[in-house]
Amino acid sequence: MTRLLGVLLMVAALYAVDMISFPKAMSLDNHQILARRLGYYGVLTLGVGALIVSGGIDLSIGSLVGLGAVAFGYLMTEKHWPPLPAAAVVVAGSVCVGLFHGLLVTRLRLQPFLVTLCGLFMYRGLARGLSNKTINLPFESVQPQAEWLRTVLVSGKTLGFPHILWLLAGLTVLLVVVMHASVYGRYWYAIGYNEQAARYAGIATDRHKIAAYILCSTFAGIGGVLFLLEFRSATPSSAGELFELYAITGAVLGGCSLRGGEGTVLGMILGAAVLPLLSQICNLSEHIGSELEYTVIGGALLMATVANELVTRLSLRRARA
Amino acid sequence: MTSTSPLLQANGIRKAFPGVQALDGVSLSVGAGEVLALLGENGAGKSTLMKILAGVYTPDAGELLLDGQPVHLRGVADALARGIVLIHQELNLADNLSVAANLFLGNEDLRGGALGWLDNRRMNDRARDLLQRVGLEVSPSQRVGDLPLGQRQMIEIARALSQKARVLIMDEPTSSLTQRETERLFQVIADLKRSGVAVAYISHRLMEVREIADRVVVLRDGRNSGELERDEISHRRMVELMVGRDLKLFFRRSHAAEAAKPAAVEKPIRLELHNVCYLGGPQTPVSFAVRGGEIVGMAGLVGAGRTELSEALFGLRPLTSGEVRLDGRAVSIRSPRDAVAAGLLLAPEDRRQFGLVLEESVQRNLGLPNLDLNSRFRMISLRREKDMARRLCERLRVKTPRLSQPVGLLSGGNQQKVVLGKWLARQPRVLILDEPTRGVDVGAKSEIYALMDELAATGIAIVMISSDLEEVLGMSDRVLVLHEGRLAGELPRAVLSEQAIMHLATGGDAI
Repeated sequence: MTRLLGVLLMVAALYAVDMISFPKAMSLDNHQILARRLGYYGVLTLGVGALIVSGGIDLSIGSLVGLGAVAFGYLMTEKHWPPLPAAAVVVAGSVCVGLFHGLLVTRLRLQPFLVTLCGLFMYRGLARGLSNKTINLPFESVQPQAEWLRTVLVSGKTLGFPHILWLLAGLTVLLVVVMHASVYGRYWYAIGYNEQAARYAGIATDRHKIAAYILCSTFAGIGGVLFLLEFRSATPSSAGELFELYAITGAVLGGCSLRGGEGTVLGMILGAAVLPLLSQICNLSEHIGSELEYTVIGGALLMATVANELVTRLSLRRARA
Repeated sequence: MTSTSPLLQANGIRKAFPGVQALDGVSLSVGAGEVLALLGENGAGKSTLMKILAGVYTPDAGELLLDGQPVHLRGVADALARGIVLIHQELNLADNLSVAANLFLGNEDLRGGALGWLDNRRMNDRARDLLQRVGLEVSPSQRVGDLPLGQRQMIEIARALSQKARVLIMDEPTSSLTQRETERLFQVIADLKRSGVAVAYISHRLMEVREIADRVVVLRDGRNSGELERDEISHRRMVELMVGRDLKLFFRRSHAAEAAKPAAVEKPIRLELHNVCYLGGPQTPVSFAVRGGEIVGMAGLVGAGRTELSEALFGLRPLTSGEVRLDGRAVSIRSPRDAVAAGLLLAPEDRRQFGLVLEESVQRNLGLPNLDLNSRFRMISLRREKDMARRLCERLRVKTPRLSQPVGLLSGGNQQKVVLGKWLARQPRVLILDEPTRGVDVGAKSEIYALMDELAATGIAIVMISSDLEEVLGMSDRVLVLHEGRLAGELPRAVLSEQAIMHLATGGDAI
């Protein structure tokens, strides 16, 4: 609870600083930008967050986003597929990638860090192999339906909120139910804390771990589709670069422990909101500038981690007293 | 006892851990050239006291006197500098390093001044000396991880020798030693004694204690329970002081009623092993059967393969041949999940690692294997889970401030009750309890015994693995003794005795 409160305060403070310091940040347009970036990182953060809770990690998210975006564009521009089947193939492919990771981690007992590090290289390479140039989608001419999909999933507005935020809200509700009300989430937490104890309790730990990898990769694949719809172009060598680290940062800021077992869905969403705010403050500020953006992000993560450690120790001491 | 004043003395030591007062005003002293044995049941506070003497823990109250002067140990390094050396119960060796590197870890011979080059030749020479003193015939350059457990234990002892101890504290040093190694250790202790070292020795093996101790101090529930001088030491006196009550009242097994029944109305066989071999097990197949309502003790020395056998039954080790039958039907158990589904349940020895998710609450731990009972369409009913947890806590008398308390903050006894409680909601057919009362205080112990008796009465077949001979003798209807993985013999209640068990456990012929 304290952790959730902490990240909530952090988001509120950053938002306040953003709004008070920069008058142009208060515009409706700017809020639309923030909301769309939140929607985007949010999806990836939820996926990796659930995986981290179960004790896993995925470094290949960014590359998978890139591969997903490029494959989605490739199918539509080169193969002239309609957007829905193309998106479906991308998402189905991501499911397979997650399954692949999960099987390697559980059956061969490989280290998750290593498996997904290999994935990071492999999927980036595949994206570049698929297309050697940036894929541009002048949607109107190539795929009128794609423009429709873009409106439905990303840019359209209902009740003033962009659709990508509604999409994120939907996935959040889904994940809240899975993580906090269903047996699957309960198993992930138990496995994350103590896999052996979960196994001794008669839980098919391998199966549940694989499910977590599939969830993470699937969300990354959805992220790839959203990427192309949002930006209308995807460069094979750079689309989605570093996104895995943004997603992991968001999850950790939101209360996930890389040791597993800890974190809440609401925390993950709030953690995902920190990065767009921070980066906007850096970009708008004359003192910081976009050059130092990464330093600020790293510093914020470090501060949050230190604060969390101190709070944990304090509350543990209180529980024992 | 020597006439000199005590070398190391502890007065009124108190130490509390979350949920348990481990030491409640304990005093003891040990003189130069004296071997003091410290006895007590699991959870009596022996290890905690030794760790305080060696500077691992700071006491909450009480004082330590070294050479009659009050000392405040600021940590292990401080204690070492004053010549107090502790050999832990668990081995603390770096398996990937050589014997010599382990012997001088943190205390290496260097040359080249500030450059800090390792003087390997010198260290190897010194290592050979030390190894010879403990009677180990291994090369100083051998990798520690490749040595058997007993030899690794001797290396710990050799390391303590290298540290020029004035007070040497050993926490169950013989638990993994063979007969020969134990004898060798006793010679080393006798040498140390002659050279004026004070030795404090923890052991559960009363025979050993009688052999080497000059004086015995017994702890019970974190207090001094009594002290015996050399000529007063006897098995009976030691056990009396340790348990502090009549054993018959302590172990509440209702044997009398069982024994009176004629054989014809014996309950049906629930668990049967037929020529079972398993991965990492012995060549000789294992066969035995356990009837419903029976508590079968499984005894043997550490490393006899009891835990491995339980792992094989629970689906953690694949069977390579043979058959396991539950209620007469052959079952194929390939994972703990299969075992749980079949009603064969295990309470593992190391509950913190395998039995509990320490960070999670009492309710969640009790609920973890029972989510199928407490959910509908894979959605958890927290209300039902809470009801179940409350019922189990009441039945087992788990002392916890609230159901949401992290289970890691409970005392050992209450943690063990949660481990057992997890399975009680499932109507087990066979219950395997691996060291069910290790690290459990006396009060909770007696409650766990009562619970086992009650469970057996409902027709569950119970296999109780235990290294605590009093417990094996007190609770078992029958005892299976393992030696080096093999079933060395079976002892019915009528011929059950500590001697008979030890005879089989140490490789003696079946009687």
